[in-house]
Amino acid sequence: MTRTVLSSATKEVVIGFDVPFVVIGERINPTGRKLLAAEMKVGDYSRVEADALAQIRAGAQMLDVNAGIPMADEPRILAKCIQLVQSLTDAPISIDSSIIEALEAGLAVYKGKALVNSVTGEEEVLERVLPLVAKHGAAVVAISNDETGISEDPDERFQVARKIVERAADFGISHEDVVVDPLIMPVGAMDSAGTSALNLIRRLREELKVNTTCGASNVSFGLPNRHYMNAAFLSMAIGAGMTSAITNPLHEPEMAAVRGADVVMGHDPNCRAWIRAYREPPAEGEEGRGGRRGGRRRRQA
Amino acid sequence: MAENDGQVDGEDDVVLAELNDADLVAQMHDDLYDGLADEIAEGTNILLQRDWEPYKVLTEALVEGMRIVGIDFRDGILFVPEVLQSANAMKAGMAILRPLLAESGAPRMGKIVIGTVKGDIHDIGKNLVGMMMEGAGFEVIDIGINNDVDAYLTALDEHQPDILGMSALLTTTMPYMKVVVEALKEKGIRNDYIVLVGGAPLNEEFADNVGADAYCRDAAISVEIAKEFMSKRQGSAAAVGMAAQ
Repeated sequence: MTRTVLSSATKEVVIGFDVPFVVIGERINPTGRKLLAAEMKVGDYSRVEADALAQIRAGAQMLDVNAGIPMADEPRILAKCIQLVQSLTDAPISIDSSIIEALEAGLAVYKGKALVNSVTGEEEVLERVLPLVAKHGAAVVAISNDETGISEDPDERFQVARKIVERAADFGISHEDVVVDPLIMPVGAMDSAGTSALNLIRRLREELKVNTTCGASNVSFGLPNRHYMNAAFLSMAIGAGMTSAITNPLHEPEMAAVRGADVVMGHDPNCRAWIRAYREPPAEGEEGRGGRRGGRRRRQA
Repeated sequence: MAENDGQVDGEDDVVLAELNDADLVAQMHDDLYDGLADEIAEGTNILLQRDWEPYKVLTEALVEGMRIVGIDFRDGILFVPEVLQSANAMKAGMAILRPLLAESGAPRMGKIVIGTVKGDIHDIGKNLVGMMMEGAGFEVIDIGINNDVDAYLTALDEHQPDILGMSALLTTTMPYMKVVVEALKEKGIRNDYIVLVGGAPLNEEFADNVGADAYCRDAAISVEIAKEFMSKRQGSAAAVGMAAQ
């Protein structure tokens, strides 16, 4: 059974076929967030702090940290952000950059086993990222594109994923530490994008036996009512075997879909997480629970 | 629990044997609420070692704990999976107490034969009622699904319960309850039993119409109604019971 174990200094998170879906909070990313980018550039990390805490509260088990700001010292800022986030939460981190020096700087300060986001099937990227992942004993997100770009043919994307898994093995990285992003296409641009993604996820699981992740909001690009489209995709993708997503945990439709899918998959024993998330809080001034003097024991994990 | 020691806020560090009786019973109420079967078994044994009568353990620790669970279930604070875990914890205590209760000739809460009617295979609600009844200290004989008149009569004859509970989830199967009640009448044994009926499509009017004693809207209410009828019944039979002891 494939298990990708990520960790911080004090906590482990497992991505796997038989455990709850892992939501990796995407918010700490200045791409498309002008204010955050400007603040990070001048060393103001207050929003990074707030984003980290809010995402954990909303149910993210891991956090993605990206410091991709044009014309800035990305390695230094990324390392700084990682240290900050690790001081605030015990969630393992996905270190996110397309610049190898930034990944290196992030890994150098990281405590625990990180998820490196990401490597592609491009020869040069493979040669530079995989040794770094191996050296730090990290896991890696494998994006299924190569020099020729992103293929519209899911079979080709599968072959790229296979190539990355094989190359990772050459560097001593187990397939368990490769989490494949099958690249979800906008269904608004191509009717078959949804079904090919689901088929690809299934094949990655059954044939390569790897965990998978994705940017779930890609699927709804260009459409109205996006959160519900994302939610529909997420629950179907989980049914097909997807095991994690890099997404915004502050969006309730997506989180409800993930929690519901966990229940349906049998990964939420006694519906505990579902009930915890959706039990109505007691009305103000009322006793917490009927005649109960505030629990001293929690339900067993 | 040991693996949690020293983690979080140390609230798992309760050592049952070190609590005085009142705190232990209160803790058992909490542990029932939280569905902790091992802890309930442990607490039950500790109380027995402290020379508590089995019947006192049953009523003050277990039944009272399940009463609280029942209230919060009724009020939508607890949900089905949680109540099932609580019932499971209760069972762990009952497994220890049952033989002792039988020996000691303690007063009975009551006995119920419960089953889903002919043509109907739905049993989640019926099972829940059974568990809540057990939680309240009733002896429950669950005869399963798809029961025809003969099956009910055989079970009544064999187990001599106080209560007959019938469940149906379909409008097409619920009229069969009337068939069963009519059969009881024909045999002249209708009044030997409290007849309770329940199921999603039923209502009070229907229960009256088939000749049941009461309609039970949900599992928590079933227990309340059963207790009410039992106290009436035992009120009249009390003298007989005393004489028997």
